[in-house]
Amino acid sequence: MNNFTPVAALIGGSLIGLGTLLLLATLGRIAGISGIASLALFQRDGRSWRLAFVAGLLLGPILVGLVINDFSFSTPDLNSRTLVAGLLVGLGTAWGSGCTSGHGICGIGRFSPRSIAATLMFMATGVVVASFF
Amino acid sequence: MQLLFALISGLLISAGIAVSKMIDPQKVLSFLDVTGNWDPSLALVMAAALVVYTLGYKLLLKRDAPLLNKQLILPSKQHLDRSLLAGAAIFGIGWGLAGYCPGPAIAALPAASSGTTGFVITMILGWFIAGKIPIKK
Repeated sequence: MNNFTPVAALIGGSLIGLGTLLLLATLGRIAGISGIASLALFQRDGRSWRLAFVAGLLLGPILVGLVINDFSFSTPDLNSRTLVAGLLVGLGTAWGSGCTSGHGICGIGRFSPRSIAATLMFMATGVVVASFF
Repeated sequence: MQLLFALISGLLISAGIAVSKMIDPQKVLSFLDVTGNWDPSLALVMAAALVVYTLGYKLLLKRDAPLLNKQLILPSKQHLDRSLLAGAAIFGIGWGLAGYCPGPAIAALPAASSGTTGFVITMILGWFIAGKIPIKK
């Protein structure tokens, strides 16, 4: 566990919690990133606030990079594994009505049985694939 | 006003993704891969986010309405179905393959990496296809 970063995890997680809470407290919306980003592209109704949210998503890491003066993080190589992964994440989050934010945080935070089941499921298949493939 | 708060919400979330290093797919994979040098950081990120969100949600339920809308807009479905479980299973497979879920992949787009861009393009393609071909409940 020598790569464990508990302080960064707690601060970062709290920021994620605050951001999701802010959307609920103001617009009354669930901050599910897969749903918001896909509807920003494919649905005219309610597009403007969804685009603003996605713009915020693009800006956050730039702001953090400026503050801590460090922009270094790894990114995946462009290969068939990365492209297939993207396709599966797109299909799966659309069919499954959510991703790590919508189900894992907002849904579990409301004790939704659907979100608890979905989170257990994607955690399980994620662990199996990352561990053995 | 709605646009401003939506922007700040997205910004806080992706700032959290960057600070917690979950923007780095290797960091996520070091949590999901339990056979190697296991890193529990992601569990702590989710726990911290959940504590903040759950406490805030309980406070919000005591109010009549959110600040800028008539009411909370919450998912109405309650029961598990095939689409939910199959979708979540497929999402997890993709997550485990690349270490990206939608938030970190979108947040990493300004780094202009070809791998990140390719991932987001096929993810959008997946959203499009799933919208055309729904799974029966």
